[in-house]
Amino acid sequence: MSDVHAHSVAFVRTETLPELPPPAAETGVLKWIRENLFATVPNAILTIVSIYVVYAILSGVLPWIFNGVWDASSLAECREILNGTSGACFAVLAERWPQLIFGLSYPADSYWRPALAFFLLFFAAAPVMFFDLPRKLLLFTAIYPFIAYWLIWGGTIMVPLVALVGFVAGYLVYQRLVTNSFAAGFFGGVAAAFVVWYIGGLLIPDDASDTAMLTAVPSRDLGGFMLNLMLGVTCVSLSIPIGIVLALGRQSSMPLIKWICVVFIEFIRGVPLITLLFVASVMLAYFFPPESTVDLFLRVVIMITMFSAAYIAEVIRGGLAALPKGQYEAADSLGLDYAQAMRLIILPQALKISIPGIVNIAVGLFKDTVLVSVISMFDILGFIRGPLLSSTEWNGVYWELLGFAALLFFVTCYGISQYSQWLERRLATDHR
Amino acid sequence: MKRTVFFGALTVAGMAASMASAATLDDVKARGSLNCGVTTGLVGFASPDANGVWTGFDVGVCRAVAAAIFGDPTAVEFVPTTGKTRFTALASGEIDVLARNTTWTFSRDVDLKFEFTGINYYDGQGFMVPRELGVSSAKDLDGATVCIQTGTTTELNLADFFRSNNISYEPVPIETNAEAQQQYLAGACDVYTTDASGLAATRASFENPGDHVLLPEIISKEPLGPLVRHGDSDWGDIVRWTLNALIAAEELGVTSANVADMAAAPTDNPEVNRLLGTEGELGAMLGLEANWAANAIAAGGNYGELFEKNIGENTPIGLARGLNAQWTDGGLIYSPPFR
Amino acid sequence: MTSITDPPQGSFRLSMLINDTRYRSLTFQAIAAILLALSIWYLGNNLIQNLRQAGLNISYSFLGSPAGYDINQTLVEYDSQSTHSRAALVGVLNTLLVAFLACATATVFGVLAGVLRLSNNWLVRKLMAVYVEIFRNIPVLIWIIIIFTIMTAVMPAPRAFRGENPEATMLFDAFAVTNRGIYIPAPIWGPGSMVVVLTFLASIASIFFYRRYATKTLYDTGRLLPTFWPSVGLFFVPVIVMFFVMGQPISLDYPVLGGFNFAGGLQLGAPLIALWFALSIYTGAFIAENVRAGIQAVSKGQSEAAGALGLRSGRIMSLVVLPQALRVIIPPLISQYLNITKNSSLAIAVGYADVTATLGGITLNQTGRAIECVLLLMLFYLTISLTISAVMNFYNNSVKLKER
Repeated sequence: MSDVHAHSVAFVRTETLPELPPPAAETGVLKWIRENLFATVPNAILTIVSIYVVYAILSGVLPWIFNGVWDASSLAECREILNGTSGACFAVLAERWPQLIFGLSYPADSYWRPALAFFLLFFAAAPVMFFDLPRKLLLFTAIYPFIAYWLIWGGTIMVPLVALVGFVAGYLVYQRLVTNSFAAGFFGGVAAAFVVWYIGGLLIPDDASDTAMLTAVPSRDLGGFMLNLMLGVTCVSLSIPIGIVLALGRQSSMPLIKWICVVFIEFIRGVPLITLLFVASVMLAYFFPPESTVDLFLRVVIMITMFSAAYIAEVIRGGLAALPKGQYEAADSLGLDYAQAMRLIILPQALKISIPGIVNIAVGLFKDTVLVSVISMFDILGFIRGPLLSSTEWNGVYWELLGFAALLFFVTCYGISQYSQWLERRLATDHR
Repeated sequence: MKRTVFFGALTVAGMAASMASAATLDDVKARGSLNCGVTTGLVGFASPDANGVWTGFDVGVCRAVAAAIFGDPTAVEFVPTTGKTRFTALASGEIDVLARNTTWTFSRDVDLKFEFTGINYYDGQGFMVPRELGVSSAKDLDGATVCIQTGTTTELNLADFFRSNNISYEPVPIETNAEAQQQYLAGACDVYTTDASGLAATRASFENPGDHVLLPEIISKEPLGPLVRHGDSDWGDIVRWTLNALIAAEELGVTSANVADMAAAPTDNPEVNRLLGTEGELGAMLGLEANWAANAIAAGGNYGELFEKNIGENTPIGLARGLNAQWTDGGLIYSPPFR
Repeated sequence: MTSITDPPQGSFRLSMLINDTRYRSLTFQAIAAILLALSIWYLGNNLIQNLRQAGLNISYSFLGSPAGYDINQTLVEYDSQSTHSRAALVGVLNTLLVAFLACATATVFGVLAGVLRLSNNWLVRKLMAVYVEIFRNIPVLIWIIIIFTIMTAVMPAPRAFRGENPEATMLFDAFAVTNRGIYIPAPIWGPGSMVVVLTFLASIASIFFYRRYATKTLYDTGRLLPTFWPSVGLFFVPVIVMFFVMGQPISLDYPVLGGFNFAGGLQLGAPLIALWFALSIYTGAFIAENVRAGIQAVSKGQSEAAGALGLRSGRIMSLVVLPQALRVIIPPLISQYLNITKNSSLAIAVGYADVTATLGGITLNQTGRAIECVLLLMLFYLTISLTISAVMNFYNNSVKLKER
């Protein structure tokens, strides 16, 4: 355009003008505020409403928190110190935090044991969660359950040792026989493990626990947030193998096996966890042999494991279905049998796709472990609602305790879900 | 035979789980501790303190039984139970004795197949209202909103009471005592009803106990006592006579302070001698040591001492003996003779 | 495998049960069947022995005996002399009620939060992210208890409405918000009210048909008929006319403070409200994520194309993006509805009389029939879940067909 008109104009500027700074409203903070907060009239209204909401919440909560009393021996004393002003009574946390974390009856001089087990959990989980770490670290993951068991429950070291030896023996037999046939390897391994356990069980003297290095803690004494973490970790890790079997069973071409798996999965997914916990607390005891009693912790672990296995099975089924059909056909054309195809080709890929889903299930399950408070187990919520709120000193401290429990769950679950999102992004790049 | 949880999961169930034979006493002895079902927390009756040690009136009974069997009042595992889980826990053998302020009723005894081994507290259901409501009788409560602790006989008593007086009410069922109290204090219900002892304990923990009144009506009989399973009368006898020993000890003037002296050598009173095992073979008849009752009394004191220490007038709960005085003082507490 | 036929086998050998693919699956299934039967027999045998030992039996006759307890919020007639099965029915209806209400509001919360999370407004976007993360990462049971506690502590008790200078007053003299619940006016259906209701239904139907007609005219002739004002007119005018013609048959029963409580009107109990609100705001956070994912799954070209056609941003959302996003949103949405139904069983924490609290709570406690009650409870939830899944499958199939 300018070319066309250039010759008809008397004066043409030959040098470029110096660049002017952009208008104040188009730069820096102002521009950001205008574009992000006040772009249109409804937007501006939304912003103002939001600012008011944030202000209302913060102006109520912040003074309450900063005015909090950390040093008192009862709620009455807190009220005295506060003298009518609004403020939290965090003294209850200061006094009772070990019980909130470790449970009411866990021996106080042994708190370091679950703490150490928790610390080691990070090392055990790391190689599973981050694929870049050296694979050798998985060895530690494999022996972690036995270490953690020994640390938390204490008692004679022989029990986890025998269990570990049983697994090692089973694995060795499996390795030897699996080259012939998977079934032979699997059943041989299981049989070997049982033989070792049986012999080991006979070898351990009955009073071994009394003279053990770490004093034995009955599972009834576990509680607090530790119980939630333990239930979450144990049940999720136990339910992954069961979930895989169920998912494969549901895809199976054998009608009876498929039918069993479908009924199991749909039944568990159809009822709320709380009814399953009722089963654990009031019904399951009737299904064990008449002369035995199985403690509540184990019964709850069984029911929660079944619960999460059904959900994980559905996630893995999704992963199996997402694999291209070519993978199955390729495995067939290589002449692999079912077990080989699954083990070497299908499952490694399907599981990788399913990991984010499994992590989501794990987060949900971990949150659901507070339901055990309904069946009189003293997990963190049960401890707060039961003994703590009924004690004469702290009767009436709700917000501080519920807030503390909520905070613990938030930190844990948010952390895991951030990991899950990171993982999803990483896995997504693999497939593009 | 105490093996561990995971081992139980790994091996066959029968191998690891503790074997329970027909005789509960043998199980308890083999286990080395008594499993005693208690509430999840009711101050004065059973609640854990800041160190996780259980104390209370019901807890005292459990400790006495443990002391009678082992001579050691700390050989008890306390299993917290809710109104829902308590009966199954007892029926399935998870606990050996349930001492959870449980009302002795016909259907629990006959239909649910439990054996109540005595009564350690005579209670009755009462009402608490704020003083400012100006209510003086439960019959004035027409249309009131009533907080009840769910899972107890109080729900049934309440329905019966209002029905027979032809007045209406609105029930608010609450799981725990602490939450019921919170609802009541916030004014979400006009009335809180539960056992009169529980009301007293609850009122004691209020900021201003004087602002609340207990109404004169007691609408039900609530005989509370420890219970065991049907089918093992020997075990029932141990629990029953341990409780009776505590009661008799108060009547006979045996206290935790003087029980050691009195048990050391026979006294002038033959019944005391029989009770404390310096004469006769009562302990052997139960399958226990001769000094079983002396141990039980030494654990937490006799019935009166337990009462005064946990729920008596000098405690925050401040209950008068009332019906729970010895029969010689006009109460209902009465032990059959030891002979 | 079929093209190469196996060499004809003369006889059946036992090893073929393992090695021949034709028989192997039969072998496995036989083993599975035997194992299944064995475990059922084992568990059943244990159960029978345990029950015999404890002197108990399995019997459902308790369902016919009087329940003996009262329930505060009932949808059907119930008193303490009704049977346990009636109490269970009350619980079932209460479960369905709270599940239905929570599903509706959770959808509203979720869609709002999901759309706002994609808003241009930075502050709103961040606030919604905080909402979603906070509610998703804290257990719903804790939320239910917190919200119930807040309700009890913050809202005024009925006695605050009393006296010369009451601390709290009723809204428009018709609504009372208390910590026992919310009291609202209840309609009284007088004689002739049926006619008004029928008129109302008829006018809704006619609005629907008019809108269909307007759309058809638009497509056929390109003539744009006004829809908004005729709809409003159809909605209000016939009903109001009929209301006065029939002589005002419907009146309102206002709640009045009397005795201990508000009397009259309709009461929504505090447990119901707390549970309803907690479930909807908790599940709303999950639905928000589903909605966001659904909207983001619609390719950006779609909204750009709609923009190029000159549609305003609100219309782009409602006419172009949301209809496509719905296909992605609906299946997880329905499973969230399932979760609401299952999570409503946490009502026992706040004393709402749902089926877990009546059948699985008080009835179980009073009768001691643990096995029977828990089985019935599971059966009920299973039925609900399977019904909802069936609906979901039906919907999924119908959407799939449209896609192709």
